[in-house]
Amino acid sequence: MSVTKVNRREFVKLTSAAAGGLLLGLSLPACADDKKKESSENLSELGAFVQVATDGTVTIFVSKSDMGQGVRTTLPMIVAEELDADWKKVKIRQASLDKKFGRMGTGGSSSTRTMWMPLRQAGATARAMLVSAAAAKWGVDPKQCAVANGVITSGTHKAHFGEVAAAAAKLEVPKDVALKDPAKFTIIGRKTDRLDNTDNVLGNAQYGIDVKVPGMLYGAVLRAPVFGARVASFDATKAKAMPGVREVVKIDATPPLQPWAGVGVVADSTWQALKARDAIEVKWDTGKAAASETSASLRKEMDELVSKEGKRLRNDGDVDAALASAAKKLEASYEVPYLAHAPMEPMNATVSVTSDGAEAWLPTQFADWSAGSIAEVTGLKPEQIKVHVTLLGGGFGRRAFPDFTAEATHLSKAAGKPVHVQWTREDDMQHDYYRPHSVHRLAAGLDADGHLVAYRHRFASAGINAYMKRGEAHESEAGGIDDLPHAIPNFRLEYAAANSVVPRGWWRSVENSGNAFVVQSFLDEAAHAAGKDPIEFQLAMLPSGKTDAKGQKDYPFESDRLRHVIELVRDRSAWGKPLPAGHARGFAAWWSFVSYVAEVAEVSIEKGEVRVHRVTCVVDCGTPVNPDGIAAQMEGGIVYGLTAALGGEITIDGGRVVQSNFHEYPLLTIRQMPVVDVHIVPSTAKPTGTGEPGLPPIAPAVTNAIFAATGKRIRRLPIDLKA
Amino acid sequence: MPDTNLTINGKPHTIHAASDTPLLWVIRDEVGLTGTKFGCGMGLCGSCTVHVNGEARRSCVTPLADVAGKKITTIEGLSPNGTHPVQKAWMAENVAQCGYCQAGQIMQAAALLKSKPRPSDADIDDVMGGNLCRCGTYQRIRRAIHRAAEEVAK
Repeated sequence: MSVTKVNRREFVKLTSAAAGGLLLGLSLPACADDKKKESSENLSELGAFVQVATDGTVTIFVSKSDMGQGVRTTLPMIVAEELDADWKKVKIRQASLDKKFGRMGTGGSSSTRTMWMPLRQAGATARAMLVSAAAAKWGVDPKQCAVANGVITSGTHKAHFGEVAAAAAKLEVPKDVALKDPAKFTIIGRKTDRLDNTDNVLGNAQYGIDVKVPGMLYGAVLRAPVFGARVASFDATKAKAMPGVREVVKIDATPPLQPWAGVGVVADSTWQALKARDAIEVKWDTGKAAASETSASLRKEMDELVSKEGKRLRNDGDVDAALASAAKKLEASYEVPYLAHAPMEPMNATVSVTSDGAEAWLPTQFADWSAGSIAEVTGLKPEQIKVHVTLLGGGFGRRAFPDFTAEATHLSKAAGKPVHVQWTREDDMQHDYYRPHSVHRLAAGLDADGHLVAYRHRFASAGINAYMKRGEAHESEAGGIDDLPHAIPNFRLEYAAANSVVPRGWWRSVENSGNAFVVQSFLDEAAHAAGKDPIEFQLAMLPSGKTDAKGQKDYPFESDRLRHVIELVRDRSAWGKPLPAGHARGFAAWWSFVSYVAEVAEVSIEKGEVRVHRVTCVVDCGTPVNPDGIAAQMEGGIVYGLTAALGGEITIDGGRVVQSNFHEYPLLTIRQMPVVDVHIVPSTAKPTGTGEPGLPPIAPAVTNAIFAATGKRIRRLPIDLKA
Repeated sequence: MPDTNLTINGKPHTIHAASDTPLLWVIRDEVGLTGTKFGCGMGLCGSCTVHVNGEARRSCVTPLADVAGKKITTIEGLSPNGTHPVQKAWMAENVAQCGYCQAGQIMQAAALLKSKPRPSDADIDDVMGGNLCRCGTYQRIRRAIHRAAEEVAK
């Protein structure tokens, strides 16, 4: 098993050299929830390709970007299962941008969920064609053929896939093929090693930063430090005199997708480009509003917004009356800061612009958006632009954006050569699309029996949609609260949009990252105020019955599944059982990306610092395709969320980001790593998200544990025990 | 620009680059070995870890002038076919997620096992604490190091 890279030219060659093999293209309808938001022609199809070579090797094209979530292993498993392929003979190829593959965007924990049926059908269709070809060759009924491990048999006849692939390729593609009974799955559900492990440990895995193209030059860009600033003038005399420097290029911003104005340098090596960049002198034209923004000024604006009623996003019962007549009333304010994505691979892109087209090699989550950005900079037509997707050294939402691609395009266009633009860590941390800073003010009322009868949640942020100028501002911010499943008779959610010059974007789990912290902390406060066990308090509020109408059409919220993960985490974490002195447990659960996750964290305070010893995590994500991969995603989501909870904060001063590198934006280290115990609920339901859902419950599980250990309630992230 | 002689993965190289060029960029841009990764440029994340005369070093803050005449090993030179116990353990534990930091993690872990063939969890915390992983693979890194140590001990 290995990973083979293929570019468009090779792909065309492979297609036309069908003499030896079967190349199968399937056009399938896009998912309904994707159609809703966008209407470009890319969305009308969702395709998958299976290639069978004469030697029986099965090549599966992966049309999603792998940024660590393991789709290069998970997606081929789905095809191979229905195909009854020999897993040892499965190879993968990263698909280059092509309409045949449909929308190539990777995000929203959606790869396995949206590719599940298309890839099963792709595998089953290829299998049916191979069986038909074998049956015809032997003069038997296809129904009398069996397939296992890439070998077709019927009576005494026997052939491996490669022997009948050429004949199969000449057959018509069947329209309706039967899918396997999940009880007969042998690959799906099996712990499967990553297909790219060998490349990884040898240092052969190819990320965007590793792209080398003949004649390639290296670029670096000096970007406006203050958001929204423009280049008034610049002096590149010193830079141009430095060794290896070829070009100096002014780059204009095109917000919201490419918000960075700057001056770029093209040189013979990365180091030369970086040094020359530092020698450019720029006078920036900085807007007054931008230069006056600070984290404190934004907080003040949001504090004022939540002191009065906002736009009502949900209004059940009469919350004001219920609060007024409550036996016990709680009020609290919560806050979460701006956060940077900080993937380990700083942004970079390689683009070659010529007179008749452009070719790009990109670590991108959205190849189609990137192509659009190249078209915008060059004026080329879509069919003149080729985009190859490399491995991504982390994405987390940051690599959805095409800003780095646009920069490389500008530089290549000016230099007339392929250019690899390389960002530094400082560039990356100070020029991100940040998780929004938000302020929340909550009130709750309990009746005489300690039941939560009133819940009012007001919050404010400068949101993602407001930045992206799409839809309603609140739509990108309210997730998880506007559809909170708990049965609370009087419930009101209010939102107010604040203003900020800071670019905002989708950060792992998006609004769920902050909202889960606020809601699950406040429910813990309410449980303590009611004198009840926090887990039993929430279980009692979950609606009875199996299915609620909330959620996406094909994936309704199922209350029983949330209840089940909560009960399991209670039992597996030994909730309520004795712990060493000073240790305590905290609980949180959250439904996001249509998966159900509950977590219990065990913490203590050591030398004034929070120490997280153990996290028990239970996830129900439907059919577990690759259980080990799911466990890895839960571990990863927990670490990403814990990093933010313990020390993640981006602050703004004078319209610019204060933090610059990991000494100021610390990541969790192995020293702080808790033991993470992941339990995956066995299921035959449709697979749902795993990349993000592990994150939302961790911060509140930890802060609720801190309260249990110390009596101190943490209402602002990152955690500051002295505040 | 002066020429600098050094050995990378057993092969002699003469490098024609400014003496302040970080070893990382020499390895990547001049020699063309891309397994060693750039993460922070300040020695804060460990993605660029290589061995210089057998010891783990952050190549992003090591100027070319400092390694003249020295023997450098990168991830590509750790073993001929990925057979170093650390590499094998990394595969067995499916450590990598995005994988970007893992060359640095593996080089650091290999140096750890050379000095401490049976490291305790505290030893692992001490030596691996400067190698950051944004994907959160630390639990598997710990398991893989113990697994590699067991294999070495056999």
